[in-house]
Order: sequence, then C-alpha cells, then structure tokens
Amino acid sequence: MRAEQILRTTPAGLYCPRGDFYVDPVRPVARAVITHGHADHARAGHGAVLATPETLAIMASRYGAEFTSNRQAAAYGARNTINGIDVTLVPAGHVLGSAQAVIEVSGKRVVVSGDYKRRQDPTCAPFEVVPCDIFISEATFGLPVFRHPPAEEEIAKLLRSLKTFPDRCHLVGAYSLGKAQRVIAHLREAGYDAPIYLHGAMQKLCDLYEALGVRLGDLRPAMDMMKTPLTREVFKGAIVLAPPSALNDVWSRRLGDVVTCFASGWMRVRARARQRLVELPLIISDHADWDELTETVQEVKPGALWVTHGAEEALVHWSNSIGIPAMALNLVGYDEEGAGETPPAAEPAA
Amino acid sequence: MKRFAALLDSLAYQPQRNGKLRLIEAYLRDTPDPDRGWALAALTGNISFKHAKAGLIRGLAESRVDPVLFGLSYDYVGDLAETVALIWPAKPGANRAPELSEVIETLNAASKADIPRLVESWLDALDPDGRWALIKLMTGALRVGVSARLAKTATAALGGQEPDEIELVWPGLEAPYENLFAWLEGKAERPSGIARAPFRPVMLSHPIEDRDLAQLNPHDFAAEWKWDGIRVQAVSDHGEKRLYSRTGEDISAAFPDVMDLLPDDVALDGELLVFREGAPATFNDLQQRLNRKTVTKPMLRDFPAGIRAYDILHQGEDDLRPLNFRERRARLEALLTTAARDRLDLSPLVPVTNWDDLQTKRSNPPSPAVEGLMLKRWDSAYLPGRVRGEWFKWKRDPHLVDAVLMYAQRGHGKRSSFYSDYTFGVWKGAELVPVGKAYFGFTDEELKEIDRFVRNNTENKFGPVREVTHTSETGLVFEVAFEGLARSARHKSGVAMRFPRINRLRWDKPPRDADRIETLEAMLA
Ligand SMILES: [Zn+2]
Ligand SMILES: [Zn+2]
Repeated sequence: MRAEQILRTTPAGLYCPRGDFYVDPVRPVARAVITHGHADHARAGHGAVLATPETLAIMASRYGAEFTSNRQAAAYGARNTINGIDVTLVPAGHVLGSAQAVIEVSGKRVVVSGDYKRRQDPTCAPFEVVPCDIFISEATFGLPVFRHPPAEEEIAKLLRSLKTFPDRCHLVGAYSLGKAQRVIAHLREAGYDAPIYLHGAMQKLCDLYEALGVRLGDLRPAMDMMKTPLTREVFKGAIVLAPPSALNDVWSRRLGDVVTCFASGWMRVRARARQRLVELPLIISDHADWDELTETVQEVKPGALWVTHGAEEALVHWSNSIGIPAMALNLVGYDEEGAGETPPAAEPAA
Repeated sequence: MKRFAALLDSLAYQPQRNGKLRLIEAYLRDTPDPDRGWALAALTGNISFKHAKAGLIRGLAESRVDPVLFGLSYDYVGDLAETVALIWPAKPGANRAPELSEVIETLNAASKADIPRLVESWLDALDPDGRWALIKLMTGALRVGVSARLAKTATAALGGQEPDEIELVWPGLEAPYENLFAWLEGKAERPSGIARAPFRPVMLSHPIEDRDLAQLNPHDFAAEWKWDGIRVQAVSDHGEKRLYSRTGEDISAAFPDVMDLLPDDVALDGELLVFREGAPATFNDLQQRLNRKTVTKPMLRDFPAGIRAYDILHQGEDDLRPLNFRERRARLEALLTTAARDRLDLSPLVPVTNWDDLQTKRSNPPSPAVEGLMLKRWDSAYLPGRVRGEWFKWKRDPHLVDAVLMYAQRGHGKRSSFYSDYTFGVWKGAELVPVGKAYFGFTDEELKEIDRFVRNNTENKFGPVREVTHTSETGLVFEVAFEGLARSARHKSGVAMRFPRINRLRWDKPPRDADRIETLEAMLA
C-alpha cells in the first residue's frame, strides 16, 4: 500500500481516503479528527469530531456546545475505529488534551503528531514516542538557532525582575490556551503564590483548566482591580497575564508603569523581541525546538518524514542528510507563528 | 561570564535610563572583584583586543555547523553574533564556563595563533547568552545603550557618591578598578595621587526665556556668545594632554590637532569648533569630525578643529574653580594673550548695558556659528552641574516649519501603548518627503490626541510603525521647531534637522499649506 492511499493532502487538509476523515481540517468537513484545541487546528462546523475529552471541552468553551453535531471522545491510548480504520490518540505534550493521531491501515502506521513538545509541562501529559512508517511533524521552530532554555530558568528570570523592579507591574503576554496556564503552573512550582491577575480573554480557559483538574492557584480578573481608585497600587509588583495582542494596547495603560514580558519561543531572537517592544523576553514555548524536533525524529525512526508547517526547509534538509527521506507538505491554513491564536469568529475579542 | 551576559542581555532590552542604572548598580553590588571591574571597563569602552575579529567567529561557526543550516539560520536572524551564539552546538561535558576576568586576562596574554582554539573552547562552555556576550565583548561593540557616563553614575551610586567624584579619580585608575570599589564600599581611602589630567565636572546653565530677564539685574552678569560646536574640556597636566566631552568621555584620540594647541598645565572649558581663517565654521563642518575614533590626514586638512575658550579651571598647581567668574576671566585673558594661537582663542564678551540692547545683539549675531548668548553671574564660582541662578543660556529663537505627519511608531516603556515617535515631511513637488523625526515637545494630553489620530487614520502597518494618511487634504500638520539644518545623503530630502521637536499641533491647517523643501534648502545656504 502506498503512503498516499493512507493519507494525502487536500485543500481542506490531511485526508484519509480509506476512513473518509480529515485530521485538523481548515474548512468544515463531514468527519474530523482534531489533535488539539488551538484555533488553527480546531475549527467549528464539522459534521463529526473525534478528539480527546479535554480538546472537546476546549472547543465547546470556545465555540459553544453546538460546534459539531457529533462528538466522539477518545481517551489517550484507546483504540477507535472510523469506517474500519484504526485511530488511536496518544499524548503530544503540547497543551492540555493535545494528541498525536496514530492511524493504522493494513499494517502500515502513520503518526500525525499535530503540534508537540518534549519539555516538562505541569499542565498536560508528556509526549509519547510511537514508532511508525510515516511521521508527520510540524516545524514551527525548525532552525538550529531555536533552542529553548529550560522553562524554570525563564520563570526565575521573571521572579528576579520582580525583585529588581518591585514598583512595576509585570505584564506577561501569553497565548490564552496552553501557554498562559503553563506559565502560571510553573510560577506556582517555583513557589510564587501571590494572586495572578488575568486579562478577560484568559478567564474562561483558565476556569476550564481548573475544572479539568489543573491547579492554578489564586487567579483574579484584572478588570475588577482596574475599577478601584487603588489600581496603580494593586498592580505594583504584580503579575498580570494578557494575550499578546493586548500587550501594547490601550488596555495596558491602566496598569501604570509596566515591564512588558512575552512568553514565546520567538523571544529567542532579539530582533523579534524588540519588534514587539518587549522588555523581558521569556523563552517558553509549547512547540518543539530544533533539538526536540531532531531527537524526536531519531527516536521515532520513521520510514519517511513529512513536514507540515513552519521552517520546513531546514528540517527536510537535515532529515535527508541522516538518511530518513523527508518532504514538505506545504499545508496552508496553519498559523506559521505557532500561536494558534487567530481569534475564531465566535470568540469575543476582549 | 554568566552574570555579565545576563547584565548585557537585560540592558539591551531596558529602554529607561533609570532602569539601566538599577541593573548596572545591582550587578556591581553582587559581583565580586575583579569581574565587576572588567565589566565596568567593557561598559565604559576601555577594553579592546588586537586579534579577536568577527571573521574569526564566523570561521569557527562554519567549521562546526552544516553550511546549509548555517545559511538558512543567518538569513533568518540577520545578525552574525546572534546567529553564532544561538546555533553553536552544545558540547556535553565541556569545560566549566569561564569567568569574565579569565576571558579578558587570557585574551590579553594569548598569542594570535592560540586565539581560535581558546575562543572555541569558551563557546563550547557557555550558554547562548554567554556566547552572545563573549562575541560582543571580543568584537568591541556592546551596543546596549549605555554611555560611559551612565556606567560611572551607576558605579557612584554604589558608594553614595556623586558621579563627578568618580570622574576626578577616573583618569588615574586602571581596570579592573579594585581600589575604586574598595573606596566606594568604605574599605579603603579614596584613590589619589595618581590621576593625571583628570576630567572636572562641567558647570551647566539653565535656559532662560525673554520674559524671565526682567527679574535679573543686567549689571550682575557677563554675556558671551554661545558657539555652535560641542562643549569640551581640554586638560594638560605635566605633559599629559586630554580632551573630554561635556560628559567626561575622553575624545583625545580623534583630535590630535587640538591636543597640539594646548598650553602647559591648564584646564580649559571651551567650545570645540572647526576654524576657517580664524573664524569658527558651522556645526555642519564640525560634524565631519565627530563620532570617529581616529582621524585621517585629509580630515585634519579640510576640517581643522580648535577651541574657543570660555573659562579656566586649573592652572599650574592652582584650582581656580573657587574663584569668581571675574577673576577666572582675568586669568584666562592673561593666558590667552601670551599663549593664543591659531584655533585657540578667547570667546569675546558681549557688553551688557540693558536687556533690550542685548536682545538686539542676540538677534544680530556676528557669525552663523552662534546659537545664542550665555549669561554668567560675575560672582559665580565654577560649580559642578546645573546650578540654579548662576548661568543662563539665552538661545536664539529656533527655526520653525510646518510639516506633515507621515509615520508614527510606538514608544518605549511607559509610552509603549502610544504612537509617540513621529516622522514628518514637507512638500517636494506634489509629494511629501520625510525631513525629520521627533518624539517630544507635546503634552500628555496632546499625545493622546495624536495617538487617536494615528489609530483612526492608519493606511498601513509595518511592525510597530503605522503609515498615517497624508494627502494634501487629510493629515496632521505639526509646527516643528529645530536648532539647525545639515545636508544629509542618508535622507531622501537631502537635509537633516538638529534637535527637532513638536512645537505646536496645527489641527487648523490643511496639509497642502505645510512648508515646502525649498524653504529648508534656503536655510542651508
Ligand atoms: Zn498548537
Ligand atoms: Zn499549529
């Protein structure tokens, strides 16, 4: 059986003809397998959706309970069948509920890894290596200049800055699904137990994480504090989390003198950090860095590597050079920034 | 090296002066000798290595990384030091990371042939920030927005001293400055007896407006022209000669022609100018000589520099600063009648009878190289800094033009949510050409209004920059004030403004009525 008969690229995304389903389709389809809740992977309007219970809950919270007419919850490791094709979801370590889709057809195994990382993350299950014939990988940080330092070091940097600038509010930009909760969880691990203030756009997903069993500690809506006459006092030396789009927006003016921080793998490159007027870059990423990408490919030892989105060229070159034939799929519709933050129409812009 | 790297890293992202001071002070407080002294030397520009060059770094990287991957990465990052720092493959089991002092002392002692091997082993042992700092240090360009003066100010704060106290002892010190830190921390006496030709903190003036003059008695004041060069201090001391900028930066190396002019054992306060046939040329000419580490023969021939002296601070063994201006002026005149030479002369006094008369003189200066008048109390001692009520600068009225806002950029720090940096242009034929940039001159209220205008009239976005509507009918006109104009090949308009600021918002004025480039060109003539 040829690879294309198991999975092929179409304008709507990766399609499995035998099982008549798509993985992370970018347009509405009859049947979809969704790897995780980021907006560029999980869109509303599919006929049927197979995903982990957490991903289904995230989609429902973002799009409303009616985001699909047929939900199929698939626990990690459980074998599901779609039109006779075996589909298993295993943890991808990217955000809560994120999964790799393991598709088996006539003894051939294809792993669609979605977005993934290999670092420790207190908010989600760690990536599992599944040996396979074809491994489909993203390449958001697919250049050897991207090597993320340990998240603990970056959190320590933030705590050190709070000590150096105790009178300034530390406004941390973080994507509202996954990154925000991970930053909070790492702060708690480091012993920071003061209240953390949230921009309105983060509240719902933080509540959902809590409901799904991820402890985040004392979180408070920043907006409530903005109404008091003591606003400036409250935010002195406090940590406030906001989506990146709010960092330099009018909203942030009410926080007084802020140290603008941004938690993202892109912060590795100075020009990117300066362009966003970031004063304290925090290199914390939910995507694999170069070493994680190359180590993962070597551990999975696939017969072939297909690269979906990001900096495909370097990863394909490297893979070919170690004898694993690779190609770029040139899928369109996925967020090259790896943010998954393209706000879906149903989500209020707050 | 780790701490030094963290310091450079945080300084590079810190936009505020006070924030930078805090970071440097904290570093100096927490870091032991001799590392902190070497860091201070690096920040004040007092370190350079003969054999460590950018080409060497690139060569090392290309020997360690797949050239295709290196090329793709360099394309993406765009900066060699940063690309190498990030792409350098970690080597498990590498040696421990070197200390800053170890790097500097080793590089100073090493032969040219040993350097590649040494640098390679350090790159292996350091993390990405450490590698970046190492490469910056070696290639001699830190570029983290810290002046020597700022670094010294932070150092002074360590011991609760005034920055000027550091300047006094500085020329006698050598990196890594252990005696300086010992003094600041109260563990030793003030370093002394070794300083030759030290910088003495400069006395500065307050600006004064026409209407404030009524409160001053003209008989208390001497007046002299304020020349349009840069304020300097020239010191000669037992054969040692130095030229300092107003902030104490040693600029001797770039002005050998000026050093030759200095009489023995004096400290003079004056204006650095280019001279042509005994007369000062405009700032435009002086600019050719500024911001250069060294100077070429043609430069010396075409733009000969000299000093027009305002004051004398030291002579022989005598500190003249406690004397009043009248007494110092007499000493200066006496010195320069015997020691005057081409390109070292006395700044003449302007007789003061009453303010109206002086105002007339101010409006008709004797030379285009005058930018206003200085008023100095006859009885003023020479005191460091901006002392209230002693010296005033009465500037010529600024030039004004009406220009149209073309681009707006987000500010930094407290202003990062505002579009607060403006590029404006004037008409050249039927199109607007940018002539300058300004980010102050307006009130907080006006800033909010401009910000709103920018957001509501955005044509294009480029990262933090917005292109703002600027047609002949729609746009925002600024009245821009500036001090002078220079020809510039870098600007499309061919001119560059000195010290531009927003003087007034002309909401009432349609863009088509803004000024034309011909108006500016006429000022250049
Ligand atoms: Zn994602
Ligand atoms: Zn993605």
